[in-house]
Amino acid sequence: MSNWLDHLIIVPVLLPLLAGAATLLLEERHRRTKAVINLASTVALLVVAVALLERVRTEPISVYLLGNWPAPFGIVLVADHLAALMLTLTGALGLAALLFALARWHRAGLHVHALFQFMLMGLNGAFLTGDLFNLFVFFEVLLAASYGLVLHGSGTARVKAGLHYIAINLAASLLFLIGVALIYGAAGTLNMADLATRVPALAAADRPLLQAGAAILGIAFLVKAAAWPLCFWLPTTYAAASPPVAALLAITSKVGVYVILRLWLLLFGEHSGASAQLGGDWLLYLGLATLLYGAIGVLGSQDLARLGGYSVLISSGTLLAAISVADPAVTAGALFYLISSTLAVSAFFLLVELAERDRLAGANILAVTLEAFGDPDDELPIEDEEVGVAIPATMALVGLSFIGCGLLLAGLPPLSGFVAKFAILSALLGGPGDSVSITAWLLLAALILSGLFTIIAMTRSGVRTFWAPLDRSVPRVRLIEMAPIAGLLFLCVLLTVRAGSVMGYLQTTAEALHAPQAYVQGVLSMPPTTVSGREASS
Amino acid sequence: MELVVALGIGVLVSSGVWLLLRPRTFQVIIGLSLLSYAVNLFIVAMGRLKTDAPPVLSAGADVAQYTDPLPQALVLTAIVISFATTALFLVVLLASRGLTGTDHVDGREPDA
Repeated sequence: MSNWLDHLIIVPVLLPLLAGAATLLLEERHRRTKAVINLASTVALLVVAVALLERVRTEPISVYLLGNWPAPFGIVLVADHLAALMLTLTGALGLAALLFALARWHRAGLHVHALFQFMLMGLNGAFLTGDLFNLFVFFEVLLAASYGLVLHGSGTARVKAGLHYIAINLAASLLFLIGVALIYGAAGTLNMADLATRVPALAAADRPLLQAGAAILGIAFLVKAAAWPLCFWLPTTYAAASPPVAALLAITSKVGVYVILRLWLLLFGEHSGASAQLGGDWLLYLGLATLLYGAIGVLGSQDLARLGGYSVLISSGTLLAAISVADPAVTAGALFYLISSTLAVSAFFLLVELAERDRLAGANILAVTLEAFGDPDDELPIEDEEVGVAIPATMALVGLSFIGCGLLLAGLPPLSGFVAKFAILSALLGGPGDSVSITAWLLLAALILSGLFTIIAMTRSGVRTFWAPLDRSVPRVRLIEMAPIAGLLFLCVLLTVRAGSVMGYLQTTAEALHAPQAYVQGVLSMPPTTVSGREASS
Repeated sequence: MELVVALGIGVLVSSGVWLLLRPRTFQVIIGLSLLSYAVNLFIVAMGRLKTDAPPVLSAGADVAQYTDPLPQALVLTAIVISFATTALFLVVLLASRGLTGTDHVDGREPDA
């Protein structure tokens, strides 16, 4: 730890904590200062995430010992390929959602900047931590912030959806705790790397307890990832949440997928003896069921926001099913799909608000809450007109972005959604001489079918939104609202153009996940900093 | 003692689950609270039940004479977190009551 760059790993947790606390200290009328702090912190987080992304290329595993306790005894933060990737995705989505919110949504409620930063802190912490109980704590930070954000903007629909969302997540958190306690009772450790070494060596009598714990833990994560039949809360909640919040929520459902991917391969990979592949079949069938339920939901949704919610389900289902195949090449494709679909769904949620701005029932609520929370006795004038320039050819841009989102979500060429599905499918089918298993055919059929359903649903709602209304007025859209959507879609284009090098990175990530010995070794052999070393560095 | 703790956890969980599935928001919140008490007891039980044993080791002592301190630390964190989230849920509950005029979890009375 002589290098100050080693402390980079803790920054994604500390920075939003401090920034969020700082905005909390300011009074509500200093909204502009709060926005500046929030923006600066979010940009810095993205920069740090990219720096970590660069760092893992040369140093695949960086371990940060909190409190300087060696690994199985203290809590560790671990930055590896997967964590760096998820941090960068969070940073990009966070920045896009924040920019969008700055146009006007951030004025619709109190403490939105603090909640936003705490949410980023929870997300980053969940991706970095190497300890199960610490994961629970970061989950709760993230969820508590998201409870507040879902209610942002108020209104009956949000409070009703928020009530269900909070109740189901509290119940899932209790399951999380039961699972963690069972695992601790059976294995005697909560450090993920230490668990990975103990699971294969576990006595036969203790194994059922551990497997039961892992299964209960899995249910908790499947609730967050919204696997069928634990997913009915998701479309309603995401549709009711304000658009920037929904865009950020798109990655919270991926946290569940991330944890399943990491823990399942770490604890129950091929190397873990009698417990290997625990529940793999369940994961596959739940994934397929989620995929089909999402596809039917997409076809049946009458409004755009719900369509977005069901797209999240399709994305979760595809990921769960692809992960359960437990093949490095398929996992790499699934990770590509994760990036592409998360960016697309986020852009879609932001876009929905623009496309439906003058028709949205929520617009009235927004106006009311803006009045309630807005700044009547503020020195600053309401800067409705000054925030950004209204852009010409609005409908053309919004329509183009809509087509982009549609192509991405359905997985049609030429955008990255197609590349992602192609990577999964070609890995599933294997070489010319390989025999293809029945589950691979099932997954293939479900993937292609869901793509077809998505494109039908997107075309139908696109026609209804952009062509059918005779008397529609053109919404006023500001540059600052269009820029995040364009940015997210541009990232997808970049992902398509640079697919080769991205796939190279993801291939390394997937191989590291499937052969976690390096991860386990790296965590357990990390020596604590000596006092003389600390003095030398300062 | 094991039997008493196990029965206690079982009674709390069954009452909690039953209340959680009731249609009134207040019942739901009490159900969640009971469940969280049960989970807290369960975490302590997973560190093995032991009475009159100190959790802090002194040098060279026989470990079997001590109780496991880690679940106790975990349970403290869990208590704080569930307390905070329950308080937050209570606020949402009141907001829902105020906005919809009913304490039904769906925000409207079921049609008779």
